[in-house]
Amino acid sequence: MPLLSVRDLHVTFDVPGGAVEAVKGASFTLDKGETLALVGESGSGKSVTALSILQLLPYPMASHAPSSSIVFDGTELVGAGETTMRDIRGNRIAMVFQEPMTSLNPLHTIEKQIAETLHLHKRLTPAAARKRIVELLRLVGLPEAEERLDAYPHQLSGGQRQRVMIAMALANEPDMLIADEPTTALDVTIQAQILKLLKELQSRFGMALLLITHDLGIVRKMADRVLVMTKGEVVEAAPTEELFERPQHAYTRHLLAAEPKGAPPVADPAAPTLLDARGLKVWFPIRSGLWRRVTGHVKAVDGVGFELRRGETLGVVGESGSGKTTLGLALLRLIASEGEIRFDGQRLDGLSERRMRPLRREMQIMFQDPFSSLSPRLSVAQIVEEGLKVHRIGSTAAERRALIDAALVEVGLDPDAAERYPHEFSGGQRQRVAVARAMVLKPRFVVLDEPTSALDMSVQAQVVDLLRELQRRHGLSYLFISHDLRVVRALAHQVVVMKDGKIVEAGPAQQLFAAPRHPYTRALMAAAFELEVVESAATAQ
Amino acid sequence: MSAPAALAARRADRFLGLRVTPLTRRRLANFRANRRGFWSLWIFLLLFVVSLFAEFIANDRPIVVSYAGHLYFPVLADYPETTFGGEFPTEADYRDPYVRRRIEAQGWMVWPPIPFHYDTINYALRSPAPSPPDAVNWLGTDDQGRDVLARLIYGFRISALFGLILTLLSSLVGIAAGAIQGYYGGLTDLLFQRFVELWSNIPTLFLLIILSSFVQPNFWWLLGIMLALSWMQLVDLVRAEFLRARNFDYVRAARALGVSNPVIMVRHVLPNAMVSTLTFMPFILNGSITTLTSLDFLGFGLPPGSPSLGELLLQGKNNLTSPWLGLTGFGVLAVMLSLLIFIGEAVRDAFDPRKVK
Repeated sequence: MPLLSVRDLHVTFDVPGGAVEAVKGASFTLDKGETLALVGESGSGKSVTALSILQLLPYPMASHAPSSSIVFDGTELVGAGETTMRDIRGNRIAMVFQEPMTSLNPLHTIEKQIAETLHLHKRLTPAAARKRIVELLRLVGLPEAEERLDAYPHQLSGGQRQRVMIAMALANEPDMLIADEPTTALDVTIQAQILKLLKELQSRFGMALLLITHDLGIVRKMADRVLVMTKGEVVEAAPTEELFERPQHAYTRHLLAAEPKGAPPVADPAAPTLLDARGLKVWFPIRSGLWRRVTGHVKAVDGVGFELRRGETLGVVGESGSGKTTLGLALLRLIASEGEIRFDGQRLDGLSERRMRPLRREMQIMFQDPFSSLSPRLSVAQIVEEGLKVHRIGSTAAERRALIDAALVEVGLDPDAAERYPHEFSGGQRQRVAVARAMVLKPRFVVLDEPTSALDMSVQAQVVDLLRELQRRHGLSYLFISHDLRVVRALAHQVVVMKDGKIVEAGPAQQLFAAPRHPYTRALMAAAFELEVVESAATAQ
Repeated sequence: MSAPAALAARRADRFLGLRVTPLTRRRLANFRANRRGFWSLWIFLLLFVVSLFAEFIANDRPIVVSYAGHLYFPVLADYPETTFGGEFPTEADYRDPYVRRRIEAQGWMVWPPIPFHYDTINYALRSPAPSPPDAVNWLGTDDQGRDVLARLIYGFRISALFGLILTLLSSLVGIAAGAIQGYYGGLTDLLFQRFVELWSNIPTLFLLIILSSFVQPNFWWLLGIMLALSWMQLVDLVRAEFLRARNFDYVRAARALGVSNPVIMVRHVLPNAMVSTLTFMPFILNGSITTLTSLDFLGFGLPPGSPSLGELLLQGKNNLTSPWLGLTGFGVLAVMLSLLIFIGEAVRDAFDPRKVK
């Protein structure tokens, strides 16, 4: 008998204006010691399925069909009472969430948070609990576990927080662990460490693992069996090997083909330099003491220099906190910096805001989050028109309208979309609007700050294609900031690897990907492409 | 609905002639869904609009006079008594039986439903002032023989106008101050914040009491002083919203486009702050009305003789044996403040993003 068996699971949400069926008849089983991956893009119903198992959906707004059944170790969970569920949640089935910052209570120490679950289910005395907590933190590989008991979540790094979350989940030695995108918010090297940890713990305790992810690399590495979901339906279920070898369903094939591929358009090596920076520094002062004297600096960008030729893409690679985004903002003079920035032969550093304004037309930026980068109260036409008005391009409304329509068509949107508002679009479409906003000004240089990170795999590939096409057509130069090395490989001609505000390695993309020289670059590549942990001083946390 | 039809509907979505976003549309629907607030708004608007035309409702002059074939409009213009065949070239007193007889002999006149102005003293009282409600003075008279209902209508108008103007002006100043602090941050914010902290510690009431000893406060004096001391209410709220929003990606994107700071503040950041501001406004309005009323009650408010709810309450306190004075004042204040609170609740519902039904 399987540990968990889900049969014909339906989840319906009652929202104003009708019911939304989030899961339509999902069935699967999970055995002890097995890893089942639930794969799908956002909105496919994978998280809702996982939450149904713990009965954590917002009932009665959410409801299950009468035929739905979730049996865990002989107990029916659909409609089970709160007492039954409390005994199961956190005790027999534990869950690790995606965002470790928001799933830990910021006001409690980590000891208190882990002790809570021990006290609830095991009724351990504080002294016994303390011993157990230290044991757990050692188990999940948190360095200096004893000293960190009194630490608050904000004092830990993302990877350490996720380790604490896993320690909390493991506290009562559950039979089953649900991991909902456990590494999505983490850097690649940390991701590899967490995946390794999950795998070790699973084999040690013989837990069943339900892994929810959109990353096929993780699936291939971790799962025994795979369940592919789209639009609330399970379209394919197969052992991992078989699924990757012989995908049956069209959607699975689409998903497998969606990895960003291809190479950047051929660049002219003799093209003139468009942008160069020398000795660029962004230091944030640390103030302390009564008089708020500057006692030190956070060196976000520390002496960075590079050259970018016309029609080329410079990939900036690094983990969070390495100063990539700060570098992009400093180049556009959106934050104060020191050092030389030269755009098309003209010095940018030291220009006043007003003198800078005409140049803004030539240099644009595109952000990571498609939800926050568009003003929610302006229509698409107004968003795209803003730059035209500032730079007085197009003297009449009709003329501007023609330019807007042309820009929307260029990024693959229907001109009819102009009258709509950002919230009516999907993430990928919004990123297209953001591209249109930049492109309508016909810039020569665009900073792309993780433009694909918040998007689903298949949409990522489309946006990458669009960016490549625009570069080819207009001879644009990109500064492409990303932690995703696969996307960088598909777009960049030159790559710089940043760590702690400094460039540790730079060179032509092909050469750098083929033969990374710096140990940090090597660790980064191993983590990104093979999800392997490379033990070295460079990645030590 | 087919796609082009849906698009046409979206293009045509207007409210009171203004283009509305689907978000605004949803907020309007949420506002309407709060029946109590929705009806309160209509009732308040009705009362307010009616009170704006108080001269046509409660006045000691007729609306229209027809005399010797000519039409006169005493509500709008002053006519000497001689116009109607009287003896003195002074302003005609239409309540004077002599004048009344002369007009009615050669024409007619249409009186407002309440034939008393707020300062009209009714000398034909059957009992000594304050007289209880009767067929002539529907809510009785105050201790100077003036009609309570007429004073109420004018008092309501002054209170509501004072409250609305003060709310509008202090919100404008407060939003501007909060916006500048939040958007520029740093030293600007620091200095401004300290100033606001000092300024908000000035006790309004004492300042007004001191001032009233060397100037005779009128409507505009009071408005100015209260504006100077009450604009801080929204500053913190707006400042916090601007602090949060100035680092939004779309604000950065606008800066990258070269949009100037004032435009970014108005176009991109202000709409974020408007939600909390609008939610707060009905309560500021209530506060303003209450402050004016309490000043009048204490005798430091509008000049003596002005119709005001506070003065009516004071009379109620001084004439405990004439309960209609106190009860009327209380009733009107309670209804007005409740209506505004209900409207405020509906506005809050309208802007609540988590509101489902």
